[in-house]
Amino acid sequence: MTVKELSEKLNLSICCGAAGLDREIRGGYTSDLLSDVMGNAQEGAVWVTLQTHKNIMAIASLKELAAIVLVKGLQPEEDTAAESENEEIPILSTTLETFDITGQIYQLLHPLP
Amino acid sequence: MEFNYNLEGGNFSRAGAASSEVKKLLKQLNVSPALIKRIVIALYEAEVNVVAHAYEGVMNVVFDNQTIRVKITDKGPGIPDIGLAMQEGYSTASPKVREMGFGAGMGLPNMKKNCDSLSIESQVGVGTTVTMITHLQ
Ligand SMILES: Nc1ncnc2c1ncn2[C@@H]1O[C@H](COP(=O)(O)OP(=O)(O)O)[C@@H](O)[C@H]1O
Ligand SMILES: [Mg+2]
Repeated sequence: MTVKELSEKLNLSICCGAAGLDREIRGGYTSDLLSDVMGNAQEGAVWVTLQTHKNIMAIASLKELAAIVLVKGLQPEEDTAAESENEEIPILSTTLETFDITGQIYQLLHPLP
Repeated sequence: MEFNYNLEGGNFSRAGAASSEVKKLLKQLNVSPALIKRIVIALYEAEVNVVAHAYEGVMNVVFDNQTIRVKITDKGPGIPDIGLAMQEGYSTASPKVREMGFGAGMGLPNMKKNCDSLSIESQVGVGTTVTMITHLQ
């Protein structure tokens, strides 16, 4: 599934980095601890977090994540958005809370037989 | 081949920039993707530690055909008890830094896991030198 498909299916708003909407999603990771994401997220994952500062883009880029999903209607800071555009890694936003959006993403990536 | 990158204590907006440069180099040198992934985790954590805990530093990277050796030297408060600092979850990061999602106390353990040999020398009130060696084969 691409980031674009995910955003359409789950009604996520696209904050920035639209040039990367064709990135393929290969899993997900949910955490607000940067070292945890750095150490454990897999390449191609979509990352669910409430962090909005620029360092999330440093991690997304170093780990080659597919996209970041911000929860609770949060928006990226200005310099975060600029990095997302540079790196072509989209930042999406949902009004849902972390538990709910993570569950929905999981269901899409691992549909029941 | 040898490269040096300056690191700035306290400047979180630049954290990861040096690691990103080294990552580009590793790709150019055709290091295997799996190895690059490990090295990048270790580099980033070492870089962030200078930003979060020290005043200034240098990341020195030396490659030959067999190994990559990264030495991060900083001027800073030093680490009084390295054994304690190595424990997962131990952190002296400020509440503000923790709110940003840093300060989980996972940095040094991540570094140890993601290089072949990690050594730390530190002098309280002077600074810290972290050396990480990884074999490229
Ligand atoms: N370069 C450094 N200079 C001074 N203290 C350091 C340095 N690196 C690590 N430390 C100390 O070791 C602790 C643990 O480091 P780490 O495992 O990276 O966790 P964190 O950075 O999340 O606190 C830090 O909180 C700090 O007290
Ligand atoms: Mg750390």
